Amino acid sequence: MSEEHYYLELCENPVQFENASSVNNVFFDEANKQVFAVRSGGATGVVVKGPEDKSSVAFRMDDKGEVKCIKFSIGNKILAVQRTPKSVDFINFIPDYPHLEFSQECKMKNASILGFCWTNWNEIVFITDQGIEFYQVLPDKRSLKLLKSQSINVNWYMYCPETAVILLSTTFQGNVLQPFAFKVSVVHFVSNGSYGQLYVMYLKHHSRTTDSPCAEVILYQLPREGSCKKTNVLKLNTTGKFALNVVDNLVVVHHQSTQTSIIFDIKLREPDCALNVHQPVLPPRSIHPYRIPLTGCLTCSVCSSSVSGYQWYLQVKLPPTVNLLQDKGKLIDFLLRRRDCKMVILSVCSQMLNGEDKGSLPVVATVFDKLNQVFKEYLEAEQTYTVAMESGPSRGSTARERPVRTQAVIDQSDMYTHVLSSFTEKKDVSHKFIIAVLMEYIRSLNQVQITVQHYLYELVIKTLVHHSLFYMLHQFLQYHVLSDSKPLACLLLSLEGTYPAAHQLSLDMLKRLSTANDEIVEVLLSKQQVLGALRFIRSVGGNDNISARKFLDAALQTADQMLFYTIFRFFEQRNLRLRGSPSFNPGEHCEEHVVYFKQVFGEQALMKQATV
Amino acid sequence: MLMISPRMASGMQEKQYTPSLLSFFVYNPSFGSREGEEEKKILFYHPSEVEKNEKIRNVGLCEAIVQFTRTFCPTKPAKSLHTQKNRQFFFEAEDSFWIVMVVRNPMVEKPNKDGRPPTIEYQEEEILDTVYGAVLRECYSMYKLFNGTFGRAMEAGGVELLMQKLDKFFYRYLQTLHLQSCDLLDVFGGIAFFPLDKMTYLKIQSFVNRVEESLSLIKYTAFLYNDQLIWSGLEQDDMRILYKYLTTSLFPRHSEPELAGRDSPLRPEVAGNLLHYGRFLTGPANLKDPEAKFRFPRIFVNTEDSYEELHLIVYKAMSAAVCFMISASVELTREFCEQLDGLVGPQLTLLASDICEQYNVNRRISGPDKEPQFKFIYFNHMNLAEKSTIHMRKTASVSLTSVHPDLMKILGDINCDFARVDEDEEIIVKAMTDYWVVGKKSDQRELYVILNQKNANLIEVNEEVKRLCATQFNNIFFLD
Repeated sequence: MSEEHYYLELCENPVQFENASSVNNVFFDEANKQVFAVRSGGATGVVVKGPEDKSSVAFRMDDKGEVKCIKFSIGNKILAVQRTPKSVDFINFIPDYPHLEFSQECKMKNASILGFCWTNWNEIVFITDQGIEFYQVLPDKRSLKLLKSQSINVNWYMYCPETAVILLSTTFQGNVLQPFAFKVSVVHFVSNGSYGQLYVMYLKHHSRTTDSPCAEVILYQLPREGSCKKTNVLKLNTTGKFALNVVDNLVVVHHQSTQTSIIFDIKLREPDCALNVHQPVLPPRSIHPYRIPLTGCLTCSVCSSSVSGYQWYLQVKLPPTVNLLQDKGKLIDFLLRRRDCKMVILSVCSQMLNGEDKGSLPVVATVFDKLNQVFKEYLEAEQTYTVAMESGPSRGSTARERPVRTQAVIDQSDMYTHVLSSFTEKKDVSHKFIIAVLMEYIRSLNQVQITVQHYLYELVIKTLVHHSLFYMLHQFLQYHVLSDSKPLACLLLSLEGTYPAAHQLSLDMLKRLSTANDEIVEVLLSKQQVLGALRFIRSVGGNDNISARKFLDAALQTADQMLFYTIFRFFEQRNLRLRGSPSFNPGEHCEEHVVYFKQVFGEQALMKQATV
Repeated sequence: MLMISPRMASGMQEKQYTPSLLSFFVYNPSFGSREGEEEKKILFYHPSEVEKNEKIRNVGLCEAIVQFTRTFCPTKPAKSLHTQKNRQFFFEAEDSFWIVMVVRNPMVEKPNKDGRPPTIEYQEEEILDTVYGAVLRECYSMYKLFNGTFGRAMEAGGVELLMQKLDKFFYRYLQTLHLQSCDLLDVFGGIAFFPLDKMTYLKIQSFVNRVEESLSLIKYTAFLYNDQLIWSGLEQDDMRILYKYLTTSLFPRHSEPELAGRDSPLRPEVAGNLLHYGRFLTGPANLKDPEAKFRFPRIFVNTEDSYEELHLIVYKAMSAAVCFMISASVELTREFCEQLDGLVGPQLTLLASDICEQYNVNRRISGPDKEPQFKFIYFNHMNLAEKSTIHMRKTASVSLTSVHPDLMKILGDINCDFARVDEDEEIIVKAMTDYWVVGKKSDQRELYVILNQKNANLIEVNEEVKRLCATQFNNIFFLD
């Protein structure tokens, strides 16, 4: 199978660490994505490696027994080390603070600590078999202050650092999961928390309710209020050992025996199903470039192999998905929800317009509609934000966040630059198809009330003109499909030589713009329609401000003496009305025209000063 | 046609005769240049029962007049000849192929007392050269639309074929000529466009493009609603004559069954398919009929360059009609028609109701105030757009105008004046009755307004027309 078909790959620069051995213990901290290699209980060194080089730290600490767990607080401020079932030790890593260790025992009697999680740079939660304890670390005083505690029987726990939610397995049977959400320094019970969309995934090896012996992953959404809701079922269609990752909002399920992985997108709705039952989005494939034995359970986006001493980030490679998902609408839906999707989506668009794989117009329309829907939602969010900001922070209690422009927002200039402009220049594509595609894109934008940029119209006009389809162009303009703008009007004006009607279309457009009166006058004067220009400017009430010289020049050029007389007389009357005298001001530079007038019509033809 | 004139002589009625067709012939002077072979020049002559020598004489006369006037202006030979009783129109349709139409002038028959024969008064100046000249040219255009050029017929089958074609076509076509109701609109030969919002228009575009993509045989498409054009894939001149055919001949023939009641025998059998209202106006009346013939009229377009012969499929759902044009070299089958029906029928039905809805919405928004109380005709030479509030309904058989023919004549006269000069003009005429007639020409547009305002003066009329322009034509550049 060619490399093209792998859609999951490991990052190029894995985190390398000394592999686990009898003298070297390896720990992974999910919250900071750090790998700790602890040699000889820390006495011969602790090496911490994060996803970036700068987050790597190396230090020594006294060997006070076997390390069970080791984690930095957020920002590498304080190190917490658990060595005994009863207590956790702390070391300050803040500059200028004493580097001495201090210790905290759990408050509950006879409890043993299952683990701990940092929720802030100085806040930590102990999870014991009898409950949870929430502390604030006071590094200067080298002590901890208990903020809150909750007594509950705990079998095991999971921590989600992104949302600061701890999930506890409680009760004797272990069949209840109790979530706790932490926020800044206050403990919330779930009913008061707010954390967007958080799911609990649980792998069920055999479905008891159906005959199918295949395993499935069941997702529960932790709602804002009330109990958890079973929302999605992922059909694995096989049995065996599995490992789960979440990458780029995709659930990745690794199957051990076949060494392949499948991905699920829980937002990709399957039709006709109340409870969303999902099939894998794509056929199973191995992770590129290695078929590594993924024995350790993995969470989030990290694959690590403590035996080999490498830790990789798992990445979803989008380009190969393009050929694996035939349904273009579904493909676009899938891509729009991925992080680095822009260029891939644009390449899908290019692909569907070119070559043998060319999509039909309904497919093209579907893709455009999906893209523009996302674009529109972003524009609306942006608009709402702007309005909210303008009306001031007092209105509306919650401070709004500026909407994030994700890669899924593909605007007209993206489309123009990466897809449409090169597409319209293709020689092997029929102009009929090119025009149909452009019109489809314009229709799609109009459908969601997005103002079409004039460069798209120019593309349409260019294509039509190139194929001498002037009548088509005329009809589009007649129905105002190509919206009015000055650049467009000027473009039309330039077409007059090849298509005379463009002159009228251009003038109509300038007229509708109602801000282009000067341009209209220029156009008319260039056509020697001096009287028309004058009548027009008078009809819009601009005749007091026009340059007499410009009109007289134009009249002179027509070599029509009566026309010159009329124009000259008009300005004499204007002078009289505005200044009480028919003569021209020196500033108007009409001396030569007065001379010419006298020459042709005689001195006595000049208008007399009004005699009241 | 006989009309009873409003001017009635005391007790005794005057009879008014409208203009009528006297003769119509096609000839080519080069076909019978030798003496004694003059008959060979005549390719078609209506009425056919005219005696041979008279035909030859009449053709000869026309030939002589054209030749004679050519000496004065070689590029523009005579177009018409005015006589007391009739008027002759000459048109060189193709190189050396002439078509002549002779129209009898309208006349008034005044009865005389004492049993004397009535006096006949010919109204020589009542008919307009421009109007009937246009009618003649349209006769040729219509012939060409369905038969191609004279030249091509000659190439294909010589004089015999051409004469056959002429005979077959004009025998029927001339019967549909109604010379008494020709007016300014015939001069324009315009196209009424259906007013539509941008979004609905784009939907129609999308529909046309999709159909052309999936039925790739289709070369051109035209889309009409309410007998008004929305989209034409054909070039302007071809669309102009096709539009004329559709609106004055094909659609009126099919509208009667639609208007007819549910149980009327005229009503076409509705196929069992309730999913859509689509049906063929040309070709098979009922697809389900095992005897159905899949033959469509053929038309000729782009005769100046690529010269294409096409099948004309006209398909209609509710008020939306679409013309699909397919190269005549392809044989159209039942399968193709079924495919087209299945694809286009449901989409067109939906689109038609969309358009209807949108149209009603727009009408509500603009309100009845915007409905013009003015009677006007508007024409734009650039896109052939025409709008008339004077004509109520124009079909082949009737042209109902809401104004007196005298006023229509004034409109025609103004139009002639406009045609003489290139510059923008405005003409205001006070008619015999209380009417004012205003003609305006701005660039390539013409507007004619008829105002019925007693005691209005010139200034008031001018203001009124300005107001009309501001409300009806505010989105175009129209000088006032």
